[in-house]
Amino acid sequence: MTDDLAAVAALHDPVRRALYDYVAAQGRAVGRNEAAQETGISRTLAAFHLDKLAEAGLLEVDFMRLTEARPGPGGGRPAKVYRRGSIARTVTLPHRDYEQLAALLADAVHDTAADERAVAAAGAAGERLHEPGHWLATLRERGYEPYADGARVRLRNCPFQQVAEAQPLLVCSMNLALCKGIAGPDATAELDPRPGACCVSFSKNKSR
Amino acid sequence: MHLAQLNVGRLVAPLDAPEVADFVALLEPINKLADDAPGFVWRLTAADTDSAVDYRHDFGDDLLINMSVWRTRQDLWNYVYRTRHLAVLQRRREWFQRTVEVHSVMWWVPDGHLPTAAEGMARLALLAEQGPGPGAFTFKDFHDPAGAPA
Repeated sequence: MTDDLAAVAALHDPVRRALYDYVAAQGRAVGRNEAAQETGISRTLAAFHLDKLAEAGLLEVDFMRLTEARPGPGGGRPAKVYRRGSIARTVTLPHRDYEQLAALLADAVHDTAADERAVAAAGAAGERLHEPGHWLATLRERGYEPYADGARVRLRNCPFQQVAEAQPLLVCSMNLALCKGIAGPDATAELDPRPGACCVSFSKNKSR
Repeated sequence: MHLAQLNVGRLVAPLDAPEVADFVALLEPINKLADDAPGFVWRLTAADTDSAVDYRHDFGDDLLINMSVWRTRQDLWNYVYRTRHLAVLQRRREWFQRTVEVHSVMWWVPDGHLPTAAEGMARLALLAEQGPGPGAFTFKDFHDPAGAPA
């Protein structure tokens, strides 16, 4: 937990927080120039803070060519790029471990008659969260990180990722029910799993 | 090494019954999805089973056997849980009898080795008798090719 605390503490600086939020929201690798421009700071300052975030494990570093190779020295050199780190950071003081509890319950429930009740409970919880016209904001508040992809709305983040890795059948069924409830009549949630992404996507219902 | 997997199930009705018509209709597109999935190496097809006379007699006509070989754990995981296959899995109770017995197993095979149904059933029996180990395991109790729990 010490590492988690250090990682979270690295976000105390508002510039770093803005850089982290920007990189996380893109869902792809971001170069130093782009991050600097988008957050309105100098490239040197952006590089400094991006590297601090990488040191803390909040961002992962890669190297790639971002533009066509230009003539001259260094023109075709791969640039340092950043994407959000895959490790989840949690700080609760005093310590709480709901993830372990959820994993144990998921193990106990999956593939029994109780898993249908778990899905029904998730659906009911979603319906309680539904506010007409507010479904996207609700998804955002709950950490799903929704984004538009053509006519569909996809989710960048799975809030239940660790438990979903262990019990995908149960957790993805529960998540679909929860999302259907949150969307209500405003949008249609459908199972749309993709590697490395949330299992649900939405189509907006035009009449609403 | 490649990752082999076998899973078995008993349908709630014969293959030509209306109760399982949706499932039967999904077989071809879902198998195609597997064939085209990244990391897919091989799967047991009707052509294989017809020639394996002992397999049908040993395990019964009502037992459906799925067996396939994949490059990595992640490739198999992505196919099972991160494609349209997931939606089919979620409907399994409509089509398959609920069984408490062990119905799914994985094990490592040398590259190029295509396991027989009898081999897969023996791995399933190993898992049922001895629990997960280097020779028979599951996603949940995974073992790497060196035999270590992962």
